[in-house]
Amino acid sequence: MDFSFSDEQSLLKDSVERFIQNDYAFDARQKLVKNEPGFSTDNWKTFAELGWLGVPFAEADGGFGGGPIETMLIMEQFGRGLVVEPFVPTVVLVGGMLRIAGNRAQKEKYLAHIVDGTLQGAFAFAEPQGRFNLADITTTATKTESGYVLNGHKAVVINGPSADLLVVSARTSGQQRARSGITLFIVEKSATGLTRRDYPTVDALRASEVHLQNVTVPKSAVLGRVGKGLDVIEQAVDEATLAIGAEAVGCMEVLYKATVEYCKTRVQFGQPIGKFQVLQHRMVDMFMEYEQSKSLMFMAAMRLAEGYGPEAQKAVSAFKVQVGKSGRFVGQQAVQLHGGMGMTEELSVGHYFKRLTMIDTMFGNVDHHLKRFGAL
Amino acid sequence: MDLKLREADLEFQAEVRAFIDRHWPTHVRSDAYEFEASTATPAVRQWFDALVARGWSVPSWPIEVGGTGWTPTQHYIWDRETARANCPQMSPFGARMLAPVLYTWGTKEQQARHLAPIREARVQWCQGYSEPGAGSDLAALSTRAVRDGDHYVVNGSKTWTSVAHRADWMFCLVRTDPRATKKQQGISFLLIDMKTPGIEVHPILILGDQHHVNSVTLTNVRVPVANRIGEENEGWTYAKGLLTHERTGIAGVARSQVQIAQLKRIAAETSLDSGRLIDEPSFKRKIDEVEIELMALEVTELRTLASVEQGGAPGPESSILKIRGTEISQRISDLTIEAYGYYGVPYPQQRLIDNEGPIGPELAVAALKEMLFGRASSIFGGSNEIQKNIISKAVLGL
Repeated sequence: MDFSFSDEQSLLKDSVERFIQNDYAFDARQKLVKNEPGFSTDNWKTFAELGWLGVPFAEADGGFGGGPIETMLIMEQFGRGLVVEPFVPTVVLVGGMLRIAGNRAQKEKYLAHIVDGTLQGAFAFAEPQGRFNLADITTTATKTESGYVLNGHKAVVINGPSADLLVVSARTSGQQRARSGITLFIVEKSATGLTRRDYPTVDALRASEVHLQNVTVPKSAVLGRVGKGLDVIEQAVDEATLAIGAEAVGCMEVLYKATVEYCKTRVQFGQPIGKFQVLQHRMVDMFMEYEQSKSLMFMAAMRLAEGYGPEAQKAVSAFKVQVGKSGRFVGQQAVQLHGGMGMTEELSVGHYFKRLTMIDTMFGNVDHHLKRFGAL
Repeated sequence: MDLKLREADLEFQAEVRAFIDRHWPTHVRSDAYEFEASTATPAVRQWFDALVARGWSVPSWPIEVGGTGWTPTQHYIWDRETARANCPQMSPFGARMLAPVLYTWGTKEQQARHLAPIREARVQWCQGYSEPGAGSDLAALSTRAVRDGDHYVVNGSKTWTSVAHRADWMFCLVRTDPRATKKQQGISFLLIDMKTPGIEVHPILILGDQHHVNSVTLTNVRVPVANRIGEENEGWTYAKGLLTHERTGIAGVARSQVQIAQLKRIAAETSLDSGRLIDEPSFKRKIDEVEIELMALEVTELRTLASVEQGGAPGPESSILKIRGTEISQRISDLTIEAYGYYGVPYPQQRLIDNEGPIGPELAVAALKEMLFGRASSIFGGSNEIQKNIISKAVLGL
């Protein structure tokens, strides 16, 4: 058993931490999210220069040979800074699926550009009727002489507006919720018949409703094996769940500490409100929720690093359940203890709360992952 | 960063398992958990004798006084394996609470006299801390000790004293200077022979008619000054020091894992409508939720062990072990009783005295006792509310 980080891991963590502290001020973030494209392309270049966009890829593919633990370290710090740059959709999801299932030509064509920061991605997996079931897919992919024709509606595609490349899950065979018959397709933004309706999300990200109307793609656009896409999706989504869970842990750390500081300075009834036991115990509860989440974050990362299988799936679902409950509690109590100030758009606290609330929903909420945990 | 046990730790685990199989064989094991096994039972006595012979009876003590020098990982393995096999536990009052005070602050004579019998499980200690007017506010204690030549004369009363009715000795906090400016000052730490005239032990029956705790009155009890630990009026320092030794195993993770496995077994054997209780989503959800909490706590404990193993002090995460550990084990106990349905209802003792055998499932007796007794776990050793006060002050700086 070993809970220590390697030298490389510590350096990575320190470098991200320094960036967040020195170069990612909350005020600047607020300006970014109100303008197009909703994040800083300069920051994205910096991420590429610092090597972060290549962290989870093999050295042979131009990456740094890292894995779930490195992704966790980056995302925990991103959570502390409330980073809006699309690292999860581009690197963890699209990059992850290319890493897991891409053939040589696809890796050569796309991964190098993800790593150098010139290519952005989005994963169009959800559908309006499907809720959290990754296999609930009605989008069709019909085989033709030269490739496939895609038709369907993909919902809440995070980073859709900026993505050069979409990975789309579609049905090549089978019934609506069947596990088999799902195939992944790489679709370029400019594809004829692809239309988007773009919008901001409440946690200051950008998303799209993506409509595919007779979009033709060549055979070479198939990512992984025909009809076996769900295995790839599940692994990539579990890795992304660890990523956003780690982000939530970073958010919770900021919130419990900010709340403690605020309660030390806010004076009511002639004393700092942090002197009141009822609030002290609430903050201890926030601290405990943070620590318990952090523990399962380590567990999920270590299980994923050991190899993908039921143990890893179980650990990820346990982590997501914990993060969903803890994030909600810590976020809500942080707003509550900041009083009226916690309600304002001006203070960062509410923005962390919004992000935590959305993280609970993303890739399946507490109920969904409890059910999955129990079935594994 | 990984969760795998190292080669040496796997070897140690195999050694521990073999030892347990040999000295606490399956035919003497009971699924019923006892907070403190009586050494009067032959199988239990044999287990403790085997531990003593192997040098494993007091693993956490320093090597010089009979401990093992195990790494934190080895302690973790030991706790886990002994919990899984339901091995009898050494009474904590001597081995875990008093002994660290003795080997840290005791005189050579005190150590020579008391450490060996504790290590060999030949003596029963009890803890004279709480009083009718001093519970969570322990420093408010008023039992008085007045110097008379080579003795103190002690008057007062202690309460909630676990196993005092079987104890040979009591370690006891007494007030030696009632005029001290702070209530934490003027307290001394005495070792009192329970056979001394003037000591009376009265049982207090707790929920389920269990006799575990007592009230103890001390009337003109003469205690040799040589039985004082450390300096006069400095007892609070030693009493506090004692609490910091309560680290490993405080979360009771291994024990709770055993309880969850048992709960799942019961729920799988219990029918509900046309199916099984464990397949009922509302009940299954409750089991899964507590299991996830426990998984998190296990890693929290491992993180604590890891930081200690690297020579550091335990991190702030260690402070949550007692609160979450007791919350979780109480929750599992609740669910176990819930799983028994109507057979969670009969009065526990009633099911034992009848020659016709138990009423309802045999294990329900132990489960109910454990549920009732388990309510105390969030009260004793500093209630969970006191623990939160401590975290608030020490970790959050409030």
